Amino acid sequence: MTLTNEQMIEIYRRMLRIRRFDEKVIELVANGDLPGAAHLSIGEEAEIVGACMAINPDDYEVGNHRSHGHPIGKGAELKPLMAELLGRKTGVNHGKGGSMHLADFSVGSVGESSIVGSGLPVAAGAALGAKMMRNGRLCLCFFGDGASNQGTFHEALNIAAIWKLPIIYLCENNGYAATTSARYSVAVKDIADRAKAYDIPGVVVDGQDPIAVFDVVSEAANRARSGLGPTLVEAKTYRYREHAEGALFAAMAETGYRSKEEYEHWRQRDPIVLFRDKLIAMGVMTEAQLEQMDHEVQEEVLAAEAFAKESPYPEPHEAFEGLYSTPISV
Amino acid sequence: MHEVTYLQAIYEAQREEMRRDPRVFIMGEDVVLNMFGTTAGFVEEFGEERVRDTPISEAGFTGVGVGSALVGMRPVVDYSIASFMYVAMDQLISMAAKCTYMYGGQAKVPIVFRAGMFYGGSNAAQHSDRPHPMFMNIPGFKIIMPSTPYDVKGLLKSAIRDDDPVICFEDDTLWFSKGSIPDEEYTIPLGKAEIKREGKDVTVVGIAGGVTLALAAADELANAGISIEVIDPRTLVPLDKNLILQSVSKTGRLVVVDPAHKTCSAASEISAIVAEESFWNLKAPIQRVATADVQIPFSPALEPLLYPSKEKIVAAVQKTLE
Repeated sequence: MTLTNEQMIEIYRRMLRIRRFDEKVIELVANGDLPGAAHLSIGEEAEIVGACMAINPDDYEVGNHRSHGHPIGKGAELKPLMAELLGRKTGVNHGKGGSMHLADFSVGSVGESSIVGSGLPVAAGAALGAKMMRNGRLCLCFFGDGASNQGTFHEALNIAAIWKLPIIYLCENNGYAATTSARYSVAVKDIADRAKAYDIPGVVVDGQDPIAVFDVVSEAANRARSGLGPTLVEAKTYRYREHAEGALFAAMAETGYRSKEEYEHWRQRDPIVLFRDKLIAMGVMTEAQLEQMDHEVQEEVLAAEAFAKESPYPEPHEAFEGLYSTPISV
Repeated sequence: MHEVTYLQAIYEAQREEMRRDPRVFIMGEDVVLNMFGTTAGFVEEFGEERVRDTPISEAGFTGVGVGSALVGMRPVVDYSIASFMYVAMDQLISMAAKCTYMYGGQAKVPIVFRAGMFYGGSNAAQHSDRPHPMFMNIPGFKIIMPSTPYDVKGLLKSAIRDDDPVICFEDDTLWFSKGSIPDEEYTIPLGKAEIKREGKDVTVVGIAGGVTLALAAADELANAGISIEVIDPRTLVPLDKNLILQSVSKTGRLVVVDPAHKTCSAASEISAIVAEESFWNLKAPIQRVATADVQIPFSPALEPLLYPSKEKIVAAVQKTLE
């Protein structure tokens, strides 16, 4: 599938939005402005955006604990996301969810779950809903290498396969479940091979190349919309930060669970740098245009930060509200 | 009016709601061939798309139900037997119960979980659970515990129309009990307890099968000149505590009958509420009649000894009158 210049420019813009957003999160955590855990997607932007751009704006998307990038990839506004990370009333979840549980239904992000593997059945359910309502939508479910060892991965893929659900399971294999290597914990070399057990296509793709991911996910989307069922896509990628922000996790870097050589190898494959070079080589954007875009995205992130910091916290009474859609008297 | 069993009442509720709303569908193990008698003829009427047999994947199909609800469907998930919910606990607790609050109200989760409490039939430790209290400890669920065919039909219909996750616990000691229900459509709102028998000396709150036992005990005690008021909360979340408190303020004595294990049971919660809010109306210590805190043994010589019984209720009532 050939991408237009406009599509490629939009892919790059969304990748930058994720990168600059998460870089701001590093700063906010370090300054003590951002409470709770923060797991960043820096290094994984290409597979996120390549996949999200290959589906429609109204398609469903399900994320996990490392998931600021998924709604951004889907086109979400940064201000409500940043306000949510700071626990503000104006947050996309009104301060009830935080970093690990974002949802932005306005862009099809129907939720993230911080229990590893728990999003996979829910995503199959969204796909079943789409199929039963005949609304033409599909669901894109992001999960990691660690989640592929959960029972829910296997149950969800089996159910999606027997019911031919319109779903794309996108495994973001960054090599590690916190500090546990996938080489140790996953019995197969390629997680995509697990698709064979469910008689569905399993495809390995370079997760640092958004166009390669776009192509694979586009084909999976066609398959899903034609009623042929799910596809398992494994994007090989890497996280440049530790499992989560904070001193506890920073100390893990010193343990050598990831070798310097391995880290450097992947650092040389920075998806932002690779795609920027590609856009220049293809004549899609000039250096000056790329810098201008980076400037715009940085401004957008600064505006999101300012919006979040200026926003009020929720009122105390809000802690007790919103448990039910149909409230009951307690 | 017509007479139906408890299971037939469930069948009627599901059929009426599926006819009323095309978003309602049923999924679970062996629902197509209607193993438990609540989906007879459903495939013929509604098609396989809305009557779905699932693989034995409780976590999987629970999550599928939740996901379909998030995008606008209204699933009824049938676990057959309540113990099977344990296989799906993460999906139930971390997803079904939490999505609405955690996503700041962007999500509605209109889903019904039906679970049979399959006790008293020599099915031993793993198949005889009555786990409603543990779900009362998880904010986000609504829990119905109907004790009659009339109640189960009306409450289940309300549950299916509710926009939140509702668990319907179906006590198997009641499955084949019969009762009259109206020919016309009706619903029963969640959170409305009912006085099943009026009395003045002792309040007995019964839960699910405990209601039937309490009524039997009341008959026996009436012969001894003791007047029992039997209250059926019908739903544990929301709990209609006012009706219970009103009754206790009249009688000054309370016995709570719950088929769950005694520790942290629904009976414990109801007892605590009354002790907290109506202590000065009490003339005697509250009594709980619940299942002993041991596993359920297989042998029919042992199993019945553990559960609430008419005799245990009579003894508990007499204790409040000492």
